[in-house]
Amino acid sequence: MPLINFTDKGLYCPQGDFYIDPWKPVNKAIITHAHSDHARFGSSYYLCHHHTKPILKLRLGDNHYQGVEWNEAVYMNGVKVTLHPAGHIIGSSQIRVEYNDEVWVVSGDYKTENDGISGQFEAVKCHVFITESTFGLPIYNWKAQEQIYADIQQWIQSNQAEQKSSVLIAYSLGKAQRVLQAASKVSNNIYVHGAIWNTQQVLLENGWDFPIVKRITPETTKEELKNCVVIAPPSADASPWMKRFNPYSVGICSGWMQVRGNARRNNVDAGFALSDHADWKGLLDAVKATGAEKVFVTHGFQAAFSRYLNENGIAADEVKTAYGNDEEAVETTNDMSDIDTTHQPID
Amino acid sequence: MEVAVIDNGSINNPFLQSDGFRAFAELVVLLGSSTKTNDKLSALQDYFAVANDKDKIWVIAIFTGRRPKRAVNSTQLQTWCNELTNLPSWLFEESYHTVGDLAETIALLLPQHEDMVNQNLPLHYYIEQLGQLEKAEEAVKKTFVVDNWMQMSMAERFVFNKLITGGFRIGISQKMMVNALAKTTGTEASLIAHRISGNWNPATTSFEELLFNSSNEIDYSKPYPFYLAYALEAGPETLGNPEEWQAEWKWDGIRGQLIKRNNELFVWSRGEELVTDKFPEYHALKDLLPDGIVLDGEIIPSKDGMPLPFAIMQTRIGRKNVTKKQLQEAPISFFVYDLLEYNHEDWRNRPLQERRSQLEELLQQVNSPTMILSPIIDFSSWDELVDMRKLSREKGAEGFMLKRKSSIYQVGRKVGDWWKWKIDPLVIDAVMIYAQKGHGRRSNLYTDYTFAVKDGDKLVTFTKAYSGLTDKEFNEVDSFVKRNSIEKFGPVRTVKPELVFEIAFEGIAASNRHKSGVALRFPRISRWRKDKKPDEINTLDDLKKLLEVYGK
Repeated sequence: MPLINFTDKGLYCPQGDFYIDPWKPVNKAIITHAHSDHARFGSSYYLCHHHTKPILKLRLGDNHYQGVEWNEAVYMNGVKVTLHPAGHIIGSSQIRVEYNDEVWVVSGDYKTENDGISGQFEAVKCHVFITESTFGLPIYNWKAQEQIYADIQQWIQSNQAEQKSSVLIAYSLGKAQRVLQAASKVSNNIYVHGAIWNTQQVLLENGWDFPIVKRITPETTKEELKNCVVIAPPSADASPWMKRFNPYSVGICSGWMQVRGNARRNNVDAGFALSDHADWKGLLDAVKATGAEKVFVTHGFQAAFSRYLNENGIAADEVKTAYGNDEEAVETTNDMSDIDTTHQPID
Repeated sequence: MEVAVIDNGSINNPFLQSDGFRAFAELVVLLGSSTKTNDKLSALQDYFAVANDKDKIWVIAIFTGRRPKRAVNSTQLQTWCNELTNLPSWLFEESYHTVGDLAETIALLLPQHEDMVNQNLPLHYYIEQLGQLEKAEEAVKKTFVVDNWMQMSMAERFVFNKLITGGFRIGISQKMMVNALAKTTGTEASLIAHRISGNWNPATTSFEELLFNSSNEIDYSKPYPFYLAYALEAGPETLGNPEEWQAEWKWDGIRGQLIKRNNELFVWSRGEELVTDKFPEYHALKDLLPDGIVLDGEIIPSKDGMPLPFAIMQTRIGRKNVTKKQLQEAPISFFVYDLLEYNHEDWRNRPLQERRSQLEELLQQVNSPTMILSPIIDFSSWDELVDMRKLSREKGAEGFMLKRKSSIYQVGRKVGDWWKWKIDPLVIDAVMIYAQKGHGRRSNLYTDYTFAVKDGDKLVTFTKAYSGLTDKEFNEVDSFVKRNSIEKFGPVRTVKPELVFEIAFEGIAASNRHKSGVALRFPRISRWRKDKKPDEINTLDDLKKLLEVYGK
């Protein structure tokens, strides 16, 4: 019997009787990270990294949560479970599952570049690796973070020179905190949308340190907003809420901006290919570093990525999960709603 | 944002410190990403302020659809890219379907270097080199392309590839180019529009010659910019007194200008393409028309003075040589409705009424079945016209053109004096059964659909349609396609037949190229019929009935 089965509720370990990132309510759920397509409500018991715990609480309400350190072993019916940094967002972890000398690793979402916030991705040796493939095509190769930050900063500065505000569209958990790091170097007048504010408060309460931001409220005056930087979630883009920033330019921060058509479809002034997922090279490096004999490829370009792995001597299969939608699940920011929705792939 | 980058260029933007290829690449990036007309306009103006004259000429040429000859084909580009990246060709295909643009796909796939230093040569250097490569051996072509790739940034590669593959579709209309040049040169827009139209060769024309007409050589073929009408959305009574208006049938052909100057005949299509050779029927007109004349009208197949469906012409459009059989099956005539130049004199500023009476007089002298005077509809009240409009399809027309009798012949699309008042399209309810990803703005989104009607318990495809939904609806359908794919053939997905759409179209004709036996004119999605189930769609018989009524 395989150590982990692909069931209609999620990835299931029968020996340990637990699920990893289940998309339906279960008894025991191990959560890779707090994004809504991986962390769903309704389970009785949640195990996650201790950085993830307060965010889960914010999003899923009061439940039975257990937070653990990276590499801190938890045994479930003889199955050894450890969490290892995935570098995707704060608290994001790969789940290592070991039983009778057999090791499986579930990647969750990950990126191999160290963003200075989410922890450095750790390659974990295993027999079977279950990997995401959101950007599993060779057209997705990211610029270094510092380069993209420089692009964002230059854009903000040219907007400032033109007396325009800069509205940066970024997912409220993960991307927003990175964008804030970049923006705070060139502006001390930064406002955030309520969704990002709430996330930020939880992080601050838990000892994280972030540049000071102001929350946009109905009382915020137009005068205060002049020439500012705004960080807002995708749901805010193209909504009437944006009017208060006039005059402004909009920049979307997402890996999907790598392709011109996506930026044009979203009708934004600027697109920055800043992603919290591994690019093509990152995925390949990660897979190779695990030394896995068998790779299961999930949410993203799973058909292409698994075929490429097979042709390059790594046995791979595609697996359907409910993370994202299917092979080409694309975050087209204009159909992505705010943090409370549960069916969107997150970048 | 775009403008700011340009403005600050001399201070902190290394791309714009010179006027070479980088400046052009930057311009293309700005034009492609900008969402505001004014920003695009300033970007063009700023470029024209710094670029050298030869590059300017090429930019005008490229953005008005005059692309350099294709020296390298896309298969070659793809092969060399795969060699450089060491990727299998299926993965290239997969990437291409996601990006939706070959030039961009290659630019994204090629390995990036940290410090790319090229010589930033002028744009015309690359175009000239590519021109010389046309007859060169493949190895020489490859060396040139690959060497340049390896020296270029991602944006430069994209633009370089675009020069090779052609087709800069980045939202620069002729009008915008004209306005930018008008501002740059301080010349009136209508003059610029005339000067940059027609048959000029960017390789041999200088910026001076083109825009300031200093050349002694006269281009006799030069057409006038077309005056285009807006659609009339409200009722005709909003136009005021019917006596001030002239009504004509709106023909469904190719808008064209027929020119005779210096004893030569030239035919231009609205797409600014010289099509004289494609329509040998017109050649006899050279001897019938007086010299120094420009006529505006519709290129259209007809029999006994009655227009035939556009589909008939489609059998010969796009062919380089017209066969005898085609000449017999789709005889083309010119339905003329305006006179722009008479006796070598520009008549565009005279009122329509005057132009029209001169035109009628002229047509009496020209006795040819090829040249048909598009009739004026006699009416005294708008109500009368509303009734007559119902006869449009019988007349082979798509509705009426309403033109103010006092109107001069303007340049481009202008509100006020000319209106097209089209009849409602034909519609049919159909179910979507195939989907394919779109291109450009719609890359990576399933936006190109094939539709079917019922034939007993089978479904028969009858048309594709690409437009008519909002971005939000496209996203919704896209997500349906991704969840309900049955099979995958290359880029095409077979989809569960569940979503019903109303397809609108302007005309229908018999066709043996389609399974259903019909071909539609201008099919598009008019509504998403969420209220209908797949078993409530129209049948093949319904389509055939429409063909019987409107397609013969």
